[in-house]
Amino acid sequence: MPRKLVAVLAALLVLAVACGEASDDSAGESGAQGGCELSDPPTLEGGTLTVATDRPAYPPWFEGSPKDYSGFEGDLAAAIAERMDLDIKWVVEPFNKSYAPGAKNYDFDINQISITPERAQAVDFSDGYFNNNQGFLAAEGSDIGGATSLGDLEGAQLGAQVGTTSLAFINERIQPESDPKVFDTTNDVKSALESGQIDALVTDVVTTVYLRDFEIKGTEVIGQYPTEEPFGMVFEKESPLVDCVNQVLEELKGDGTLDGLQEKWLQDYLGVPELSD
Amino acid sequence: MGDTKRSAGRGSRLLGNRAVLVSTTSTILFFIAVAVVVALAPGSDIVGERFLNWVHLKQSLLGTATAPSVAEAFLLNVRMFMIAEAIILVLALVIALVRGVPGPVFFPFRAVAVVYTDIFRGVPLILVLYMIGFGVPGLGLGYVSTRSDITYGIIALVLVYSAYVAEVYRAGIDSVHQSQTAAARSLGLSRWQSMRFVVLPQAVRRVIPPLLNDFIGLQKDTALVSVLGSIEAARAAQIYGAEQFNYSAYVVAALLFVLVTIPLARFTDHLIARDRRRREAGGAAPGALGTAAGAPHDVPGTIG
Repeated sequence: MPRKLVAVLAALLVLAVACGEASDDSAGESGAQGGCELSDPPTLEGGTLTVATDRPAYPPWFEGSPKDYSGFEGDLAAAIAERMDLDIKWVVEPFNKSYAPGAKNYDFDINQISITPERAQAVDFSDGYFNNNQGFLAAEGSDIGGATSLGDLEGAQLGAQVGTTSLAFINERIQPESDPKVFDTTNDVKSALESGQIDALVTDVVTTVYLRDFEIKGTEVIGQYPTEEPFGMVFEKESPLVDCVNQVLEELKGDGTLDGLQEKWLQDYLGVPELSD
Repeated sequence: MGDTKRSAGRGSRLLGNRAVLVSTTSTILFFIAVAVVVALAPGSDIVGERFLNWVHLKQSLLGTATAPSVAEAFLLNVRMFMIAEAIILVLALVIALVRGVPGPVFFPFRAVAVVYTDIFRGVPLILVLYMIGFGVPGLGLGYVSTRSDITYGIIALVLVYSAYVAEVYRAGIDSVHQSQTAAARSLGLSRWQSMRFVVLPQAVRRVIPPLLNDFIGLQKDTALVSVLGSIEAARAAQIYGAEQFNYSAYVVAALLFVLVTIPLARFTDHLIARDRRRREAGGAAPGALGTAAGAPHDVPGTIG
């Protein structure tokens, strides 16, 4: 029996080494994509731009039903499709699956995903289309309500959604006395704030204002911290489409369309006092 | 496994020398075949990079400035498992005993036990976690509503797994032949004494393998407590994965779970084998009445 066990372990090791070696050469290269013909964009389905986002999708990023999303990101994707002369089709892609290897059933994923160098090793990002700040939402009249700096938040029990840059921000910049609580979805962070399990919820500032106005009664946005992380659309590594989308994005920035969308959807959400270090 | 003295010189007790050779060879060939298929698959590069990247495996195990260490987070799983297991062993036994109490006076107690096991075996653990973890603090009941999410998590695990384990105990109790109780009663033992000294010792020993099976399940399900906010191994892996866009951290978490589960599984095998040997040796298990080994004075050697 022990000999058999050793044999199994040895075989497993062979397996691990085989996979490990095979992977070495593919690591670390950044996606260098050549020119992309805007007149004939290399999409998954001819004539259609298939765009993915998570579900539930939150306003004001997304409004309406998955059949025809509007909202800031919904309209942006629609504008990109229009400039490419394509129909748009929406599919659902959970955030945690967006970086899985293997064939995708969409052209790109747009889901408030921050561009970071680590992530860019695994996927390709479009250029940024929005600069995100971290926002802090707490119960009205709580002890941390008067916070003016990140230091004032050190003693609070903070909570964030898993996979967000908010969590990394808490750990790196605030370094609170007690470990932050981490939840699967924004809804769960919301429940924890409502039931008093956490003192403050940390997410992008737009979402905090949305939650205050429409979802959780009796809360206030304490402030925002200007991290200015760019949101980018996520493509499969080496996707030939990135260049086309970037060209269109450049156009939309140049002719004021992107600013218009930001004004239309996000204006009400950005007037929040800034916290100092 | 376990009894090396016996197997020395004649190969595996189960297989014999030649069979061991054949089984070893076939095992090696099987895994080589799997390794070759995986290595030659068109996507093996990318899958290897995303799931078995050495740097990410190491880094996620130890943690980074922004992502917690998977190894450290795993200690929380172990802690929750140990506390929950101790409570479940006792609570489930109480439920099983209550369910077996005879007499019309005790009907409401039996009914509660039945309803309890029906409900908590049927409701998915994640739902119980949500109801306890977000519901109870929402009630605003002072002390009860201000416990940590880990406490609520353990309560949910105990509620669900006690229902399973109670049924396992009950199956064990039912499997002890009626004549055992009858013999015990005829010796002058009370109903409780015959349960305590005659039925339970036999019942518990019979159900140890399924009990441990449930505990392996419990061990893995501690990962679900993370929905309430605390960072255990699977959650730590998820955080690392989302930060680096790499799944290697999940592999690390999986290996940690397996590392703890394998000894438990081997221990179960060992108990089963020992039990079989004892029975084959002709002696009845401690507790059994009506056989040579079953004199009442060596009865209380219970959970053997």
